[in-house]
Amino acid sequence: MSDIVEKTLTALPGLFLQNQPGGGPAAAKASFSSRLGGLVRGITALTSKHEEEKLIQQELSSLKATVSAPTTTLKMMKECMVRLIYCEMLGYDASFGYIHAIKLAQQGNLLEKRVGYLAVSLFLHENHELLLLLVNTVVKDLQSTNLVEVCMALTVVSQIFPREMIPAVLPLIEDKLQHSKEIVRRKAVLALYKFHLIAPNQVQHIHIKFRRALCDRDVGVMAASLHIYLRMIKENSSGYKDLTGSFVTILKQVVGGKLPVDFNYHSVPAPWLQIQLLRILGLLGKDDQRTSELMYDVLDESLRRAELNHNVTYAILFECVHTIYSIYPKSELLEKAAKCIGKFVLSPRINLKYLGLKALTYVIQQDPTLALQHQMTIIECLDHPDPIIKRETLELLYRITNAQNITVIVQKMLEYLHQSKEEYVIVNLVGKIAELAEKYAPDNAWFIQTMNAVFSVGGDVMHPDIPNNFLRLLAEGFDDETEDQQLRLYAVQSYLTLLDVENVFYPQRFLQVMSWVLGEYSYLLDKETPEEVITKLYKLLMNDSISSETKAWLIAAVTKLTPQAHSSHIVKRLIQEFTVSLDTCMRQHAFELKHLHENVELMKNLLPVDKSCEDMVVDASLSFLDGFVAEGLSQGAAPYKPHHQRQEEKLSQEKVLNFEPYGLSFSSPGFTGRQSPAGISLGSDISGNSAETGLKETNSLKLEGIKKLWGKEGYLPKKESKTGDESETPPIPQESTIMENVDQALTKKDQSQVVTQSKEEKEKQLLASSLFVGLGSDNTISLLGKADTVSHKFRKKSKVKETKSGEMTSVHNMTCSSFSSLSNVAYEGDYYLNTLQDRGDKELKKFSLNSELLDSESLTELPLVEKLSNCSLSTPSLFDDNNMEIFHPPQSTAASVAKEICLASSLLEETTEYIHSNLTEVCNNETISVSSYKIWKDDCLLMVWSVTNKSGLELKSANLEIFPAENFKITEQPGCCLPVVEAESTKTFQYSVQMEKPFTEENLSGFLNYHMMDTHSVQLEFSINLSLLDFIRPLKISTEDFGKLWLSFANDVKQNIKMSESQADLPSALKTLQQKLRLHVIDIIGNEGLLACQLLPSIPGLLHCRVHADVLALWFRSSCSTLPDYLLYQCQKVMEGS
Amino acid sequence: MIQAILVFNNHGKPRLVRFYQHFPEEIQQQIVRETFHLVLKRDDNICNFLEGGSLIGGSDYKLIYRHYATLYFVFCVDSSESELGILDLIQVFVETLDKCFENVCELDLIFHMDKVHYILQEVVMGGMVLETNMNEIVAQIEAQNRLEKSEGGALG
Repeated sequence: MSDIVEKTLTALPGLFLQNQPGGGPAAAKASFSSRLGGLVRGITALTSKHEEEKLIQQELSSLKATVSAPTTTLKMMKECMVRLIYCEMLGYDASFGYIHAIKLAQQGNLLEKRVGYLAVSLFLHENHELLLLLVNTVVKDLQSTNLVEVCMALTVVSQIFPREMIPAVLPLIEDKLQHSKEIVRRKAVLALYKFHLIAPNQVQHIHIKFRRALCDRDVGVMAASLHIYLRMIKENSSGYKDLTGSFVTILKQVVGGKLPVDFNYHSVPAPWLQIQLLRILGLLGKDDQRTSELMYDVLDESLRRAELNHNVTYAILFECVHTIYSIYPKSELLEKAAKCIGKFVLSPRINLKYLGLKALTYVIQQDPTLALQHQMTIIECLDHPDPIIKRETLELLYRITNAQNITVIVQKMLEYLHQSKEEYVIVNLVGKIAELAEKYAPDNAWFIQTMNAVFSVGGDVMHPDIPNNFLRLLAEGFDDETEDQQLRLYAVQSYLTLLDVENVFYPQRFLQVMSWVLGEYSYLLDKETPEEVITKLYKLLMNDSISSETKAWLIAAVTKLTPQAHSSHIVKRLIQEFTVSLDTCMRQHAFELKHLHENVELMKNLLPVDKSCEDMVVDASLSFLDGFVAEGLSQGAAPYKPHHQRQEEKLSQEKVLNFEPYGLSFSSPGFTGRQSPAGISLGSDISGNSAETGLKETNSLKLEGIKKLWGKEGYLPKKESKTGDESETPPIPQESTIMENVDQALTKKDQSQVVTQSKEEKEKQLLASSLFVGLGSDNTISLLGKADTVSHKFRKKSKVKETKSGEMTSVHNMTCSSFSSLSNVAYEGDYYLNTLQDRGDKELKKFSLNSELLDSESLTELPLVEKLSNCSLSTPSLFDDNNMEIFHPPQSTAASVAKEICLASSLLEETTEYIHSNLTEVCNNETISVSSYKIWKDDCLLMVWSVTNKSGLELKSANLEIFPAENFKITEQPGCCLPVVEAESTKTFQYSVQMEKPFTEENLSGFLNYHMMDTHSVQLEFSINLSLLDFIRPLKISTEDFGKLWLSFANDVKQNIKMSESQADLPSALKTLQQKLRLHVIDIIGNEGLLACQLLPSIPGLLHCRVHADVLALWFRSSCSTLPDYLLYQCQKVMEGS
Repeated sequence: MIQAILVFNNHGKPRLVRFYQHFPEEIQQQIVRETFHLVLKRDDNICNFLEGGSLIGGSDYKLIYRHYATLYFVFCVDSSESELGILDLIQVFVETLDKCFENVCELDLIFHMDKVHYILQEVVMGGMVLETNMNEIVAQIEAQNRLEKSEGGALG
């Protein structure tokens, strides 16, 4: 095959002359070849880029003249177009020809049309304005009876089509799915797939037709539909599980050779089809035992049938292996797959070796022993001449890193890093080294030195998180304070040594890290004085190669060190130097330093030593500026408008057409809108106005199709999928087999040492033993990549907290869900038990206890629990707010849980008239347990604390007090000091709580004290979380009143929220708002809804919402300036959360 | 998805440039240039896969290339394509060119650039693999050629 393209350009002139005479039957073709030929020949004859440019510019200007001349025929135009394509390919601008390309597609005959379409698809892009001119042509050609025209139109549609014009062609293309020719059906399927990619909402209704395409009698059409299914299953595998059987059957037929021989490629039946199907099966079977079981047979057969005779069978094998390791594991298949991987890894063909390494990287998390088997190959690959292989090997090593082999692996990575120059490689590798170093660093010196290497190589291209994380790690420290200090001291010392080296340039980021560390922790030094450090920093500051950003860091460091220094002549010199700097930023810093320097006491207060982690208290509401604002307003200044409001105004000003009725504008910032004539009905007001909001939507950012990774609270992790992975992890391999493997490796090593061996070999063996140490025997968990179950030396404290709270939440979820749906209790309990396998036994016991308990409970007290579940169903959002309280501390015994439920039953009877939350324990000790629940009364929030005396003793003068809180007004209900609490009895304390100032969430804390028999007093503290929603009540007013109120309120907030498909209609959105936020639905006018609520005691809040496609436009107004923002936040939470 | 298909000769002169995702003209040229430098550095006896890096689309993308005498055929694909599968697809494409041009050479690609595009359109459509069966592709092209002849005859 390689001899195909053997004739080279050196033969060009001769060949070209030969070509010429025979060149085509028509004169047109001859002239075309000669023109293009002339151009090509001209270009190849040239030696410099400059000359080429001149020639092409000449060509382009002559083309420009030709195409715009009215005498140019379409046929000539066709030739011009080919030349234009050639020029564009070489990178010259031929935009003057774009319109002519479209014209050619519109007007030409078949051949001209074909060139026109080709030129259009090469020149333009989806959003090009000229493309709209093509739509009509495409529509016409789609309706053509000529097969070729239809095919051309379908091709161009799938390459390039304006998104907003899809509806114009969609029905035509749908019709083509029934076309008699299979090539048309196939192209139509791909065109629809393209639509699915660029505008998934528009093709939702034809999913059923995709299914028909999957069952098409023609294999080609079926194969085309697999593109769609691969994509859709990747997005949502659960929706297509029912198709597993069909895919398995198809694959069986393909593998069994049931397809026509035409589909064979090197006597392998339809290899690409097989690959596609295997990928789909892998996605479907992931984490799903039942679905996976359906495919075991066919996978086995695929493995068996794929005889290794051609490249493409390896492609199938690779997919097979990948699929087998993706789906629910079956040991028999895994064994075969592992053997296959061996074939890849050991293959002398480099492509296969590469894929083998890739497969190993993928499966290493499930089967670490495979790495042991191939350790010598891996070592060889580390020194492979192909950098791609090396990189893949490092990727593999990265996955098997643990505390024992970290130094060797990182050393290998650093070696590679020093050789590579590509920015992408550096960024990637530096990130990995930093991550590993943080996780497994064996000691301080190693850690700091590794990070030094990372910073000096990664320098200014690396991800900014790396230096940030490093600094935070230093600052926050670990559990052991002396250890922390040693680490910091070591860092300081190592930086000072680095700075002593002459004529070395460090990246700016590294210098920034150094200056921060020196500024913070130089006080730890014994020998060097702060003056010496300042001198070094000063020297850096005077260096010209330092960027001004780094200089700011350096000055900050000097500023921090100044109060510790005894003499300050260098600081003075620095101040002198920089107060006249041309850089205003530097001057600012210098002046700050100067003024601080004049008042050393103040400076010491302001810059305390080692306080970088202390929390700062900031008045975020800027209340200290209130006076200033009031003064400004009284002098006639314009009131502050939030950013979104300004933006909306700006947008509405930019609009050309005004669709609003004059004088009724709601959005006008001034007061004109509020004084609209009273005679006009409110309904029309609002709809007129919402037409405008609808228009604005098109102007605003399009968020469709963008994956939502960041929410208000930060990164939105996918917890469920993670637990899913955990449950998928196959049973941990038998320790004995691993030991055997290690033994084998060891004996191999011994043997090889006995046999006289070259030194090189020995080195490799040594390397192997150091690389693969800890793999297998004791450390299977660390092989699972980043599972944070092992305690790492350098793990941040915060992380520990995170995982803990994560556990707590899931525990809470479990209890909660078992409460809410009893029928599922057993099932869910099992499920969680599975997923939580590796959690502590103690907790496990508790879970099973709980579910058992619930089971028995369900038999005896079914009505009660039903009531409970009803309650939690109606107010789920409120439950979300007090995760922590619902979580029962592990030590609480089954008995007390039972007691609580009994207790709950009594409480339920008392308070059925109001909705209330579940009873949750807030604190307890061996004698007493305090639980609380909320009753959402119409006029206030009633907090009830019930104190249960668990002991057999009497408690005296129990007293419950709530700490006063800024945002609350708390009123005691009678009977809050009880003289005596008898043994094993329950008493309740009630407080009504009013909100003084809106907030999102606040803690309410208090304490309980009591006297035991022997008169010593015991105090127990507790706190409970209150949310804004606890104080929101429906406001029942009429539509007219709504209109009046609406106009009288000045504070408004608007926001568009994208809704999930399930709730993308007004009724369900309103229902959500009504149920979760307790808004009262006043009226529904078309696709708009009016809702109202009041914030206790009596602050009304109004909401006007409107549904447009899947966007919910919310518009809040209230008399309170902060309420709309808070409501909006809650709204977003419930709409996105549901 | 296939993101781009590039064909250039041993000197980096582009012979076929087809992007399935829009990039501005300068970026396209830069991609062609950088891809050329990437593959040029590589010996013929090392693997045919390259990580695209920051070039196109980021780390999810791969360059899969084959070198035939004077020409490099480079496919840039995302992770949903099989590496070896694409490697064979390149082979199918080149063999089809060989059939259509009867012993294809670089010159055919230059002088019949439009035809090469038509052939490619029958193999890959809008970034998706449409047909891998060489006979089928050749049949489609021949149908189009017949059309050309009949029209050429009618007009000429």
